[in-house]
Amino acid sequence: MKTIKEIYESIGLPRLIIGLFFICLVVVSIILGFSPAALFSDVVRRWLMYGTLVLAMVPGIQSGIGLNFGVSLGISAGLLGSVFAMEISFLRNWNEVLGAGAPWLTLLLALIFGIIMATILGTLYGLLLNRVKGSEMTVSTYVGFSVIAFMNIVWLSLAFKNGELSWPLQGQGLRNTASLSGSFGGLLSNPDVVQSTQPAWLHWLAFKIGDFTLPLGLILVFALLCFFVWLFFRSKMGIAMSGAGENQLFTTSSGIDVDRMRILGTAISTVLGAVGIILYAQTYGFLQLYNAPLMMGFASAASILIGGASVRRAKISHVLIGTLLFQGILVTALPVANEVIKIGTLPEVLRIIISNGIILYALSKTKGGNQ
Amino acid sequence: MNQKNDFFKKAGSFLFDNKVMIAFAAICLAAILLSGSPMTFIVDGVFTRITRNTFTVLALIIPVLAGLGLNFGIVIGAIAAQIAVFCVVYWGLGGFGGMLLSVLIATPLAVLFGYLVGKLFNRMKGAEMIAGLILGYFADGLYQLLFLVIIGGVIPVDNPKLIISGGMGVKNTIDLTGNLKYAIDSVRMVDIVTVVFYVVLAVTLIKIILHLLKKYQLNKGDFIFFGIFGLLFGISYIPEIEKFLSTDRLILLDALTAVLIVLAILELIKIIKSIWINKEPLKTLVKPIVTLLVYGLIYALTFIPEIEEVLSYVKLPVLPFLLIAGLCWFNQKILSTRLGQNMRTVGQSQSVAMASGIDVDKTRVIAMIISTVLASWGQLIFLQNIGTFSTYGAHTQIAQFAIAALLVGGASVQKATNKQAIIGVILFHTLFIVAPEAGKQLFDNAQIGEYFRVFVSYGVIALSLAMHAWTQFKKEVQPPTGGADLEIPALPAVTVKQQTLK
Repeated sequence: MKTIKEIYESIGLPRLIIGLFFICLVVVSIILGFSPAALFSDVVRRWLMYGTLVLAMVPGIQSGIGLNFGVSLGISAGLLGSVFAMEISFLRNWNEVLGAGAPWLTLLLALIFGIIMATILGTLYGLLLNRVKGSEMTVSTYVGFSVIAFMNIVWLSLAFKNGELSWPLQGQGLRNTASLSGSFGGLLSNPDVVQSTQPAWLHWLAFKIGDFTLPLGLILVFALLCFFVWLFFRSKMGIAMSGAGENQLFTTSSGIDVDRMRILGTAISTVLGAVGIILYAQTYGFLQLYNAPLMMGFASAASILIGGASVRRAKISHVLIGTLLFQGILVTALPVANEVIKIGTLPEVLRIIISNGIILYALSKTKGGNQ
Repeated sequence: MNQKNDFFKKAGSFLFDNKVMIAFAAICLAAILLSGSPMTFIVDGVFTRITRNTFTVLALIIPVLAGLGLNFGIVIGAIAAQIAVFCVVYWGLGGFGGMLLSVLIATPLAVLFGYLVGKLFNRMKGAEMIAGLILGYFADGLYQLLFLVIIGGVIPVDNPKLIISGGMGVKNTIDLTGNLKYAIDSVRMVDIVTVVFYVVLAVTLIKIILHLLKKYQLNKGDFIFFGIFGLLFGISYIPEIEKFLSTDRLILLDALTAVLIVLAILELIKIIKSIWINKEPLKTLVKPIVTLLVYGLIYALTFIPEIEEVLSYVKLPVLPFLLIAGLCWFNQKILSTRLGQNMRTVGQSQSVAMASGIDVDKTRVIAMIISTVLASWGQLIFLQNIGTFSTYGAHTQIAQFAIAALLVGGASVQKATNKQAIIGVILFHTLFIVAPEAGKQLFDNAQIGEYFRVFVSYGVIALSLAMHAWTQFKKEVQPPTGGADLEIPALPAVTVKQQTLK
């Protein structure tokens, strides 16, 4: 009996409920006659699409700032990097000059721009968070909202030449969703794009096995990122950072600069946010500007909590499990809801309830993370 | 010399204390000048928005007092109100009676919700704001589930005007024209006077009966009070006045004149009292007389044609403003009650409150219940004034905008007053009205103005939360114990509890 209880405790009630719910949904959708291969391709795609954004929560939690709702800062940096890279690619006419290499260079440039900006912003943001210890989550939520609102003004004032980005017939302002089909959209994950634009020796990046799509390129990139974060937390500095998050008093007395560790954690979180949104846009095929990223921080926080993290402790496994469960439910709920009760908006309602419910649950477990 | 320094010091600290408000007033002024909109348009818009939003903003004050911070949970009060409105519209009721029924449905719901939220917040002390914010989103999810799936899906509701044609889920917007629109706004002044008179009459009669039963001692004040209302009720029968009172809207000019007259009379009574009854030296009279002169000056200003034009253009619905005034009075009065004192003590220090035998958790729950109920009434006022009920959107931004308005008025996480709420509503909504036009003039793009005002509303909250956390953090670090990251208030609280248990 003890072992069952131990297993139950190690899984935790919310994960158990959500896990069972996910399994139920999968079973129901297969009974309803949906192709399992197509369904799982979708689950895998969405899992990887959100994975890096959820991964961005880990350094924040470990360094002691809690759930980093201000990851919008990194998201904005990534989006800004992407639009700059796309504009440069358009102005230099890379598609004709470089051919198959153009999307790669654009993606690389977007990542470089995004990472540079995210590093600067993340450091400043970390400095701010060190001054508001104890209320990081409230402050970061509103800093995140403010940044998105500010970026709205920026998107509206940028005057770009690239027709994919800017509204036609207007000198100013970018589109709400910009298609990446002429750029790096699907480069790592969409078999059609890979087969049609890339040379044969790169066709392994994404291919189909029957109905099932395997985005191997994206899997590799995500696995690499996870590995780096894992490795970082095995390094001396990473252990120091975890210590800073766990017990500031003890860490200070053992000679670790807690404030510096928190700034570093925040900066890494922000950088991962920037990389995350670029990979997200890459997989999705569209760049979503304006208010689209407003609640992404909440979805990411909810995912890692579903995976079993607390506001004080998070592991890579939490990221993987949490994102799989959360996105898996959302993907499978849509066809089931459409088929059974014919309400297309139900998954959206479900998303709101699950994501905010799990955050509330985690907050109440840890007394708001103030302990 | 010394006095001069003192003056500068005072002016300096005034500027510092009101920096948010002053900065915002400057932005508003710049936006007004840029937009070039006519004053009649701006003032009219601001007063419409004051009618709609002030009540909700005032509902935030009590939780701040009780140390719960800015109550992002008012969304839940608004949800209670919206469930009530849906029921009343579905039953086909309307008018003031329908509104009363909405209040009767919304209030118990809000009490229940407020109780639950309060209980939850007691489990998350110190994180009420983030919890309230997330709770608001969570409640929104449940609300959508109720309105999209359960109504029509589980509970059969047959009404093609309200339900999406498939038979499941409520439509996006519900038109309140012909049922609840202007249900509160259109109450005539004459009716208000009559009702108030009968209430005062009933209260006085009860007092007289209690006096006869020797359970209450009647005093002079009771009779003066009754006399004033009797007189007012009598005056309302004079034909000219009755005609004036039988409308439901008051021209701003008249309202201003009336307020000035009442204030002047009160001031005069004060002067008379201090001269003939208290026999105070004449020096103390300087202040009241200056105040009287200021009132006179304000009245004189209304004769300037431009100002007169604006003032006589704007029409105010009477009852909402009376309700707002009533809530201000309530917020002020509760401070002098035992409950209000308890809340204040809890807000300042939970450990001190516990030591003096106050039930901290219960006080906090009561504060949340009051705030949630007030927020639900505020939402009813908002919906009946706006006239269309956007089913899935009316409540989503309410906490955001109410809190931003309160903070713009100069309030903080720990201190908020009626005055700050009202100034905040005026400034915040002025910016809301003029920002699109200002954006158009400045950037040739009205949308930039719209985004700018959203940015300001998020930014002002971020800024003031950060400033609050910063000062809190500095305070916590200062004690030489070195236990900066241990939750200091929690430690004495536990020990004190043990002591009282003994």
